[in-house]
Amino acid sequence: MAETELLAATAAETAALIEGGQVSREECLSAWLERTAADDLNGYLWRADAESAVGTVDQDAGGPIAGVPLAIKDIFCTAGVPTTAASKILEGYRPPYDATAVARLASAGVPMLGKTNMDEFAMGSSNENSAYGPALNPWDRSRVPGGSSGGSAAVVAAGLAPWALGTDTGGSVRQPAAFCGVVGLKPTYGSISRYGMIAFASSLDQCGPITQDVTDAAMLLARLEGRDEMDSTSTGIEGGVVLPLAEDLKGLKFGIPADLVDEGVDPGVKAVFDRTVERIETLGGKVEMIELPHAKHGISAYYVLAPAEASTNLSRYDGVRYGQRASDKDLGSMYEDTRGDYFGPEVKRRIMLGTYALSSGYYDAYYGRAQRVRTKIVHDFDAAFSKVDFVITPTSSSVAFGLGEKTSDPLTMYMADLFTVPMSLAGIPAISIPAGMAAPEGGGEGAGGDMPVGFQIAAPAFGEQKLLEASFALEKAIDFDGGGGRI
Amino acid sequence: MIEREQVLHVARLSRLKLDEDEASRLETELSSILDHVDRLAEIDIEGIEPTSHVVPLENVLRDDVTRPSLDREVALDQAPDPVDGAFRVPSPQAEG
Repeated sequence: MAETELLAATAAETAALIEGGQVSREECLSAWLERTAADDLNGYLWRADAESAVGTVDQDAGGPIAGVPLAIKDIFCTAGVPTTAASKILEGYRPPYDATAVARLASAGVPMLGKTNMDEFAMGSSNENSAYGPALNPWDRSRVPGGSSGGSAAVVAAGLAPWALGTDTGGSVRQPAAFCGVVGLKPTYGSISRYGMIAFASSLDQCGPITQDVTDAAMLLARLEGRDEMDSTSTGIEGGVVLPLAEDLKGLKFGIPADLVDEGVDPGVKAVFDRTVERIETLGGKVEMIELPHAKHGISAYYVLAPAEASTNLSRYDGVRYGQRASDKDLGSMYEDTRGDYFGPEVKRRIMLGTYALSSGYYDAYYGRAQRVRTKIVHDFDAAFSKVDFVITPTSSSVAFGLGEKTSDPLTMYMADLFTVPMSLAGIPAISIPAGMAAPEGGGEGAGGDMPVGFQIAAPAFGEQKLLEASFALEKAIDFDGGGGRI
Repeated sequence: MIEREQVLHVARLSRLKLDEDEASRLETELSSILDHVDRLAEIDIEGIEPTSHVVPLENVLRDDVTRPSLDREVALDQAPDPVDGAFRVPSPQAEG
């Protein structure tokens, strides 16, 4: 078969080509490995060769996704393969084991194409906090791919991988998927094991698929979800996940949180959102306004809770057991020099913010209060889901912004997560699907035209199957053309 | 608002070396972030329980049986300064 056909196929189509004997697993892998060499977006931090791509992979595995290669965010531990979380402090680190998500895919016969770029320790919304330079948005290289899973979204959109793994703490799968015109799913907290996923904020971190379409997201989630005794917070999804088939949205209710969506959405994004709402109605769905009165405070609560957890999690980088060591003076100086020299500015900022919020005298005012606001947001969603099946918002208030546009003010960057953070705090599943194109605000000299817009749908905890069914039906009606992202 | 003295105190707690520039930038940035976060004070949280975790799980236990773990050599393999089957660190006492 023609290689161009293979490289243009979705993951599910690729699996069918392998299953039908039109292409062998070896041919498929070698075509993709050759293809990844075309990465001029800084999407991959490390690319596999024929040997390392199948390092821990069960090459005799049967099953629906065997042989369909995958790009993996560099936050997942991969046995013997460099894993940096895009930080200088882990430069050269080769973990002794695979993350559970990686191991589950390896045992399903899925080869690894490489490790993708990201914001350092997943802290960021633009990929500009990578210690190895930002990945670029394939639709317009002067723009960011989003973050933190920017590399994963960029390589899928660019056709440099059939699908990819990302992680989402406050929007890190959904927002880059929206910026790059691909699908990003954050499952319910606990669906997928976090073992071997380098920890940022443990009560929020969740692995999620970044794919070309909803079917591929379902296919990947079906393999990833499950209880893992190495992560005591993992539960899996009861009943599992099957490929979605829904053709309409009859009998389903969608709620728009007016108080949140009113927070200032760019007109182009709003137009795509409104058009998508009309499509939902055409498909038989009912749309109504709902209230999530505390969701707009999600950012404030999140930027206390996530840094607090991060400051604790990142205390492990001390120059003793793995990673870099800066000096060999006394022990205290060694800790301070190592962390001072090898952490990037955003990571330091969050460690400082988190340590402050947890420090004596401030704990109740910041951490304790933020935890209670989190409860209020959970209650808001409970109340909303007693009225509607899904909550819908734009994934982001803007299309992909320009490189350097938001780097001077951390708070402006944090606001990029406004619509995705509430779902993370509530632990519920949410997906971003590409819904159309819009012109960037401000345009600017040399702007490359319209950019993709993401549409976010959230469901109650463990409502993945319903979420995928609805997204599948809507995706068909939207019929988004991702061709502009291919390189 | 956060003062320079607090920035340096938190840096010590965080075991982070900061240079002069970083400390002054963090003073401004943390102040602006905390100003925003202070809006949380407007929300009535009277009688609301804190959420530290959304999954209703407690005490997930397994049987207390030994099983293989990482070999010592493997565990030490990535250390900056392994010696005699251990992690070597500099002296906790400052020299001089």
